[in-house]
Amino acid sequence: MTRRTIISILAPLLAVILAFLVGAVVIVFLGQNPFYVYRVLFSNSITNIDGWGYVLFNATPFIFSGLAVALAFKGGLFNIGVEGQIYMGAFAAAWIGITVNLHPILEIPLALIFGMLIGGLWGFIPGILKARFGAHEVINTIMLNFIAMALTNYLVNNPFKEQGQINPIPQTKELYSGAIIPRVYPLFNRLGIKMSPSVPLNYTFFLALAFCFLTWYLLERSRWGYEIKAVGLNPKASRYGGIKPEFIIVLTMFLSGALGGLGGINDVMGYRYRFLDGFSHGIGFTGIAVALLGKSNPIGIIFASILFGILDRGALAMDVFTNTPRELIQVIQAIIIIFVAIGNELIFRLLIRLERERE
Amino acid sequence: MIGSIFSLEVLASALRMSVPLAFAALGGVYSERGGVVNIALEGIMLVGAFGAVLGTYFTGNSWIGLLVAMSFGFLIALIHAIVSITFRINQIVSGTALNIMATGLTTFLSRLIFKAAGSSPHIEGMTQWHIPGISGSLSPLMVIMFLCIILSQFIIFRTRYGLRLRACGENPFAADSLGIDVIRMRYSGVLISGALGGLGGAFLSLEHARVFVEGMTTGRGFIALAAMIFGRWTPIGSFGACFLFGLAEALRIRLEGLGIPTQFIQMIPYIITMLVLVGVVGRAIAPAYDGVPFEK
Repeated sequence: MTRRTIISILAPLLAVILAFLVGAVVIVFLGQNPFYVYRVLFSNSITNIDGWGYVLFNATPFIFSGLAVALAFKGGLFNIGVEGQIYMGAFAAAWIGITVNLHPILEIPLALIFGMLIGGLWGFIPGILKARFGAHEVINTIMLNFIAMALTNYLVNNPFKEQGQINPIPQTKELYSGAIIPRVYPLFNRLGIKMSPSVPLNYTFFLALAFCFLTWYLLERSRWGYEIKAVGLNPKASRYGGIKPEFIIVLTMFLSGALGGLGGINDVMGYRYRFLDGFSHGIGFTGIAVALLGKSNPIGIIFASILFGILDRGALAMDVFTNTPRELIQVIQAIIIIFVAIGNELIFRLLIRLERERE
Repeated sequence: MIGSIFSLEVLASALRMSVPLAFAALGGVYSERGGVVNIALEGIMLVGAFGAVLGTYFTGNSWIGLLVAMSFGFLIALIHAIVSITFRINQIVSGTALNIMATGLTTFLSRLIFKAAGSSPHIEGMTQWHIPGISGSLSPLMVIMFLCIILSQFIIFRTRYGLRLRACGENPFAADSLGIDVIRMRYSGVLISGALGGLGGAFLSLEHARVFVEGMTTGRGFIALAAMIFGRWTPIGSFGACFLFGLAEALRIRLEGLGIPTQFIQMIPYIITMLVLVGVVGRAIAPAYDGVPFEK
């Protein structure tokens, strides 16, 4: 391993540790014992097989949202609209699941593709507004988050509300069995890994891993990927290279939105088998932290997603067993983003200085 | 029908709805004129809304609530300044992280302090000012807002400080060569935006809702930034744009009850924001070095 690789792994690790130290200070400030709070946070997630099952289940949507943000980053764009793309994509997939009744071999891909298309549409809109009119994608993607939440809230409360039921949270009716992505515990048990049937980890996790590979392939081995990165580095220079930056901007936002559109599949097709109003609770925003921590690298994104999966799982236990509200995790997440960004910048400066000294 | 929509009452309500936006947009003007994009304004408004309730709840004095709101906004802005000016981190990354932090922190503290999920207890709002001879009352914050707008228009375009601030946003290298401390100027712009954004949030909780609700800003920080762009980065222009958004929001409240699903009415300000952003491009020109970190 080169020094560069070692540093690029150590820096995010250091940032995470520092963020937890800041979190510990907050906990002490609240008059509680940080060792106890953190023990509760971690002991429920990573000390047994079932805990890991939950962690990977939680990590699955983060992989998609992280990939979505990372792909846009590579193209020099900020997709802060992943949250909205998740809702739109998840609803589109759920719509297939409650209207079409086919064999899983047909229905699951159909639902996934439709989810990607609608999620992609939600990325395409700010993409075309940027390419055609120069309207900044940051504010537009954020606005589309609010619009997507209001739209799916309307759909799930009115035309698609489950009839004859009173639910605490509005939801659609259950998907046809053809649209259900099965859990993995039978496979694990056959392999000799004892996992309880209550663990919701399902095959969406492997789908997420497959999309990590596809994203890597797109970015590192395809012409589109090359053009996306070229536009991300310098749109003006890329134009001289024969690339149409406008097209690439729209394409990047569409693909990013399509990845975001898969962020709700784990919940809709792999867990609840229906669309629940407001189910995401910030998966899209966690994607920003995941992409930064994973340095927009698909492998890095897997590890970053697992870390946030652990935090998510632990947050639940923290809420129940300690007096620390779970939102502390959100604060730690934000601190991680800032520390990782600062760490990257400082190391970048250090590397430049080292290289200058060598010359 | 149209007459009843454009009544004096609606205009008054539009003016009220424009106050929180105008404070935040004005903050955006200071920050971006100095060259720092501040999308953390959303989070700044949120901590402002929380701080105002916190201060008022514990002291019973809403003016102290305002001070707490301003200092909370100031603190978030200070982090944004340190991260994006001193460490030269991408300003969007820093702002996004701070928005996540503000959401987490206010919810976390609200649940911890008020021992209830969702919202704080209700508080007494600010005492309204009665003007002799005119029926009705005036919100002190609205008066402060107008003073801030007029004062800022003067500060930014007619004072040495304003000229220097604008220089740092237009060409920091030229400003630097003339002996202007670019870093310090940019810090000042961001910190002022924090205090102003905090006031905007305070209006939401102190005057509008009289309670803190988790995530109650619902995108107003971003809408304010769109208004600032629409207002071409000037205080008075930004206020004009904020009044249009306030009008949209006032009409939105009127439209509820006409049988249109509320969710579609809720979308109106967001859709208008997008249309405004598309419509003004080419005519609104940002400070040339807006968003670009400065390195000597």
